[in-house]
Amino acid sequence: MSELANLEELKRHAPPADLRRAPVIEGNLGLGWLTDKLSAFAEGKVPLWWWIAFLPAAFAATVIFPVCLFYQVFTGVGVWGNNHPDMWGWDIVNFIWWVGVAHAGTLISAMLFLTRQHWRTTIGRMAEAMTVFAVAMAGLYPAIHVGRAWFDWFMFPIPNSNGMWPQFKSPLMWDVFAVNTYLMVSSLFWFMGMIPDFAVLRDRSTTRVRRVIFSFLAMGWTGSAWQWHNYEKAYVVLCGLCTLLVFTVSSIVGLDFCTAQIAGWHATIFPLYFVIGAVFCGFGMMLVLLTSLRKLCGLESFITRSHIDKVAKLTLVSGLLIDYIYLMEIFIAWYSGDPYERWVFGHRFFGHSYMVFGWMMIGINVCVTQLLWFKKVRSNLAWLFVIGVLINIGMWSERFVIVVGSLYQDFLPANWGVYHPTIWDVGLYVGTLGAFFMLYLLFVKFLPVIAISEVKGATPQGDPHHPLGGAKKGGHS
Amino acid sequence: MSDKVYGLMAEFDSPGAVLRAAEQVRGAGYRRWDVFTPFPIHGLDQVMGYKNSLVGWVSLALGAGAFFSVVGLIWYANAYDNRFIVGGKPMFSPPMTFVPSYILMIMGAAFGALLGMLGINQLPRLHHPLLAKKRFDLVTRDKFIIVIGANDQKFCATETRKLLEAIGGANVEIVEDCE
Repeated sequence: MSELANLEELKRHAPPADLRRAPVIEGNLGLGWLTDKLSAFAEGKVPLWWWIAFLPAAFAATVIFPVCLFYQVFTGVGVWGNNHPDMWGWDIVNFIWWVGVAHAGTLISAMLFLTRQHWRTTIGRMAEAMTVFAVAMAGLYPAIHVGRAWFDWFMFPIPNSNGMWPQFKSPLMWDVFAVNTYLMVSSLFWFMGMIPDFAVLRDRSTTRVRRVIFSFLAMGWTGSAWQWHNYEKAYVVLCGLCTLLVFTVSSIVGLDFCTAQIAGWHATIFPLYFVIGAVFCGFGMMLVLLTSLRKLCGLESFITRSHIDKVAKLTLVSGLLIDYIYLMEIFIAWYSGDPYERWVFGHRFFGHSYMVFGWMMIGINVCVTQLLWFKKVRSNLAWLFVIGVLINIGMWSERFVIVVGSLYQDFLPANWGVYHPTIWDVGLYVGTLGAFFMLYLLFVKFLPVIAISEVKGATPQGDPHHPLGGAKKGGHS
Repeated sequence: MSDKVYGLMAEFDSPGAVLRAAEQVRGAGYRRWDVFTPFPIHGLDQVMGYKNSLVGWVSLALGAGAFFSVVGLIWYANAYDNRFIVGGKPMFSPPMTFVPSYILMIMGAAFGALLGMLGINQLPRLHHPLLAKKRFDLVTRDKFIIVIGANDQKFCATETRKLLEAIGGANVEIVEDCE
């Protein structure tokens, strides 16, 4: 049978139109058009909405953030609400929350690459940027939570005149390496993915300044077969490494908790619990960013409804996993027969003023997530935006319940206390949010927000074995 | 700009066309030539005859190096130089070293992947004769370019140009060597 007849045969057996996979790009008009459309936002004028979003974020990042940071560093941890017995408060809650936001970025970008999901090409870069900026925000909290930030170098294995070394038996020490590695590796991954796209912007540049900047960033990339050959290998290796990090960083944060003997923390499920929670929280942030930026940056043809539907489905899956973990956690607390465990879990939902956070955690992470079962909800961008914001609030409540909910009433009633955040806790959190969004908006405006070369490779025109890619008679000879 | 010739470049419109052309260039017996594309093309590695990239090995070497260095560091720090009893635990035991050494293995391997890729590709390189060509800017857009180097033994300005035109190359141009 000739190749042409083969192709006809394939077409005859193709699934009906409504069962076919949605194309990666809608209204695809060719490789040149893709390049123009994808570089347009980074090259165009700064739109009004960008300034409206950027200025408050930049204010929070450059005024509120340093004020709260320096006041705390110069004065001491006492300016926060942290006090006996709640030695961990908003600082650790926000640390875990930011690490969580970071995780889905790596998961989307690296794991979907390894599983060869072509739709990831359009959202991968945005997800990686989210990871890099969120980890940077997360890393800040433990560094200042130690109280004397100028002694942070004690945590690194540096030969020093004190004759001291870090104690590697402590999971808190492992955290130092985990978070720093996560920041470094996700930045490398993000940067390496952008090298071919820097070359695109270099070759399109119309001004000398842009040409010089992007020439330096592209480092002489020419796109030769040899360069792509090594680049692809390096990319797949980095994806594998990043996937390992998805499962290690939050696990190690989880180990900080489960090695402590506090009721509600001392559980073997914690590393997994934190990983799944992190991924779920990150998907929430991804929904917020995707639904808003697709319209604002004019990327509707690239971040299609089908892609957003897939992200929503992944959010639902991670949401169901976290629901299962909540159930197991509560079941084990009851089944253990330990009166302290039972007390803590009872009080998470039926005691004191913090029970509102317990119910927010259940109400959002368990109940609201179920809305994503419905196609009507998954295809409504406004709903998805709201659900994304709610998931972030729900996951923040969960971390508050875990951190403060276990600490404020421990084994000895004489030890009990109440935790209230101060204005400096709130200010620092607002500052990190501002810094995150400021960096993200700068990225969206000035760097290639969608992986241009990857998207081209995922189109029919980019496939040498597809008729649109120049193949003759159903495949190259 | 000197008169020295770096090579001849020809443009193609689709990945399928450049793949067929590359097979013919190889068939004609050329050895110093390369294909420049806006994205990696499936099947080009085989046509170019590339074996498995060395980047993976560089990454493995740096990753393994980092892993064992950290195990050594932890032994030196906690069991040799600064012995400090914590909860009656042994000064050194392999499981306790696993997490930090594993994490730094990932860091080492990631640096190995990026630096290995850059090193093997001889990047960063801020100048290249091809980057001076105006038409070459299109290679990051929608054109696929084959360049046959003047240092190839079979290179001949007229014959090579004929070959590139015969296999469908458009805008065949001489690339000047500017070094």
